[in-house]
Amino acid sequence: MFYELLSTLQDANTQWVLLGTILLGIASGVLGSFALLRKQSLIGDAMAHAALPGICLAFLLYGTKSIGWFLVGAALSGLLATYFIQVIINHSRIKEDTAIGLVLSVFFGFGIVLLTKIAQTENGNQSGLDDFIFGQAASLVGNDVRVISAIAIVLLLVTWLLFKELKLFTFDRQFAKGIGLPTGLLNGLLMTLIVSAVVIGLQAVGVILMAAMLITPAISARYWTDRLDRMVIVAGTIGALSGMLGTILSSMANRLPTGPVIVLAATVIFLISLIFAPHRGLVSKGLKLYRIRKIVARETVLQTLYDLSEEVSITNKKIRFSKEALLSRRKMTVRKLDSNLKRLQKEGYVHHIKDMWSLTESGGSKAYEIVFNNRLFEIYTMYEMKFASLQFAANDVWDYRNIDSSTLKELEQLMAIHERTPKLAPKYFGKGETFRKENSSQSAKKRKKEVKSL
Amino acid sequence: MKMNPIQVSNLTVAYDRKPVLQEVTFQMPEGKLIGVVGPNGAGKSTLIKAILGLIPTASGSVEIYGKAYRTQRKLVGYVPQRGSVDWDFPTNALDVVLMGRYGHIGWFRRPGKKDTAIAMQALDKVGMKEYAGRQISQLSGGQQQRVFLARALAQDATVYFMDEPFVGVDAATEKAIISLLNELKAQGKTVLVVHHDLQTVKEYFDWTLLLNKRKIALGPTEEVFTVDHLQKTYGGRLAFLDTQVSPSYVVQP
Ligand SMILES: Nc1ncnc2c1ncn2[C@@H]1O[C@H](COP(=O)(O)OP(=O)(O)O)[C@@H](O)[C@H]1O
Ligand SMILES: [Mg+2]
Repeated sequence: MFYELLSTLQDANTQWVLLGTILLGIASGVLGSFALLRKQSLIGDAMAHAALPGICLAFLLYGTKSIGWFLVGAALSGLLATYFIQVIINHSRIKEDTAIGLVLSVFFGFGIVLLTKIAQTENGNQSGLDDFIFGQAASLVGNDVRVISAIAIVLLLVTWLLFKELKLFTFDRQFAKGIGLPTGLLNGLLMTLIVSAVVIGLQAVGVILMAAMLITPAISARYWTDRLDRMVIVAGTIGALSGMLGTILSSMANRLPTGPVIVLAATVIFLISLIFAPHRGLVSKGLKLYRIRKIVARETVLQTLYDLSEEVSITNKKIRFSKEALLSRRKMTVRKLDSNLKRLQKEGYVHHIKDMWSLTESGGSKAYEIVFNNRLFEIYTMYEMKFASLQFAANDVWDYRNIDSSTLKELEQLMAIHERTPKLAPKYFGKGETFRKENSSQSAKKRKKEVKSL
Repeated sequence: MKMNPIQVSNLTVAYDRKPVLQEVTFQMPEGKLIGVVGPNGAGKSTLIKAILGLIPTASGSVEIYGKAYRTQRKLVGYVPQRGSVDWDFPTNALDVVLMGRYGHIGWFRRPGKKDTAIAMQALDKVGMKEYAGRQISQLSGGQQQRVFLARALAQDATVYFMDEPFVGVDAATEKAIISLLNELKAQGKTVLVVHHDLQTVKEYFDWTLLLNKRKIALGPTEEVFTVDHLQKTYGGRLAFLDTQVSPSYVVQP
């Protein structure tokens, strides 16, 4: 296996073909990114399928295989198809996707008819046109590779030079026009670049799968980065890798069609991106959700214990609570409550006597902090206008420790006016089961009222 | 002689056969905050787009400081409606603001240190400096609007056109934006704002343009923002909540 790989790689012809598929992989990844962001993935598919009759007609007219005429034929019939699609959209009630599907199948069907016709003629079997269906990198001869590589390099160069303009145009066409960019010209140029990237890939990847080759690397790249310049580079790299893998595997397995192998390689990379990419990948998202849920559940348990304690502290009841009491206050599964209580107990924040739970002193101060923070946030949202400047703070995770002291004082005053100040200072939790003696009767009455009105 | 920042003459725009704007003619004074109000579909966005040459006009002309818009692009800043772009685009806040510099940078070249400094300054002005590196889809609606505003500031223009900068924006941001606009005015710049909230027109704008396909009225807000003119602009769709000297209006759906 390894030996086989080595001998494949040492073959001069394979190396040459490899160069071509890598370059066209880069080009389709880079321009695929723009096609994806312009929501034109379907147009790529239409162009690829519609190219087939053009290629066949070029063969019939010219008589032999010629990459130059193939490219011209493919581009012309692709453009004709795009034109038909536009006409259908503009002059009927048919929507874009339907119009694309319609034109695509008509052109592709016509292409297959022509292909069959060519195969029935004398030298038709040797025409190698079948390769255009599923792609055959090995069928690329020296001249093909030269033309493909040259076009790919030109495409990349133009994209690099006009990157800034193409980016603005793709993101905000109106604004681009406003500052004087010739948006009509840019639109035509970008369209041409995308179509060219599709057309040079047809022989190696095939008309059926070329659209996947255009879009899959771009979608995968989007998972890894939030910046267009990096996305384009990553997509180009993925395109190159897929092209390389596809070519090597298909030349080792004796004329296995290249297209499916290339697209399979790209799809594997896509799946890896979907699952493992940082921030956007499924694993990362799942982990983040898990972490948030864990923190929220833990804070909820502490806060519930605090709220209940606060209410009970004005009565004669003991500040110990059954799980049922906790659950009736906040909805949560019994298992979740159990595991959180167990963990909090281990950390020394809660303790229990038989089935009755309460906060410890350190748990009390933890809970106090959480309750204080949350209620302060409520007050802030009530007076958002007044604290407009806070909006501008860098951290959008609300934390009272990040607020400057004068603003904090103001918020605390408002909190007192609304009687939302947490009433049980942490130290009380160290003192035993009831606090009523600690509180003056007046404020206790006031709180009783408040609790009732809750 | 001092020239008008915005001079629109006989402007007519039609998307299909039916004109959306008809024979609109006006001059805007320099150094004023100007509100443009009118019902949905009145052609407010169309007016801005036509002035900026974003859509073809059927007839009429537009001059910015006495010359055609084409030659005066660098004097003009534009804040499009927030919904006009895909906020999932892979780019961050600073990058969007830098786009405001593209007109000054010119073809092929990349933004330099000076442009980045200007863009950061603009972000700072709208209170978004700390968000410079944030992916734009992870900004709230109000923050996205402020990024658009910062981009216009980075354009370093003299005349600004803003299309509904207060839509979907929280109260705090609205307050911040309006004080920023007043700052621009204090620098002698002219700011034209499409606005939908009739309650705040008197508070915000020096001048008001009432528009519904045609120009209904233009002038200092105290003079033109009258019941009579509003009724002409909104037709039967305007209901009066109370009939005091400064009544509040509600546009019925
Ligand atoms: N691109 C367009 N093609 C056709 N009609 C349009 C287009 N844009 C706007 N219109 C129509 O022009 C009229 C004015 O639109 P617009 O200027 O967006 O109004 P406003 O901004 O005042 O709500 C509306 O009736 C709208 O349907
Ligand atoms: Mg509008």
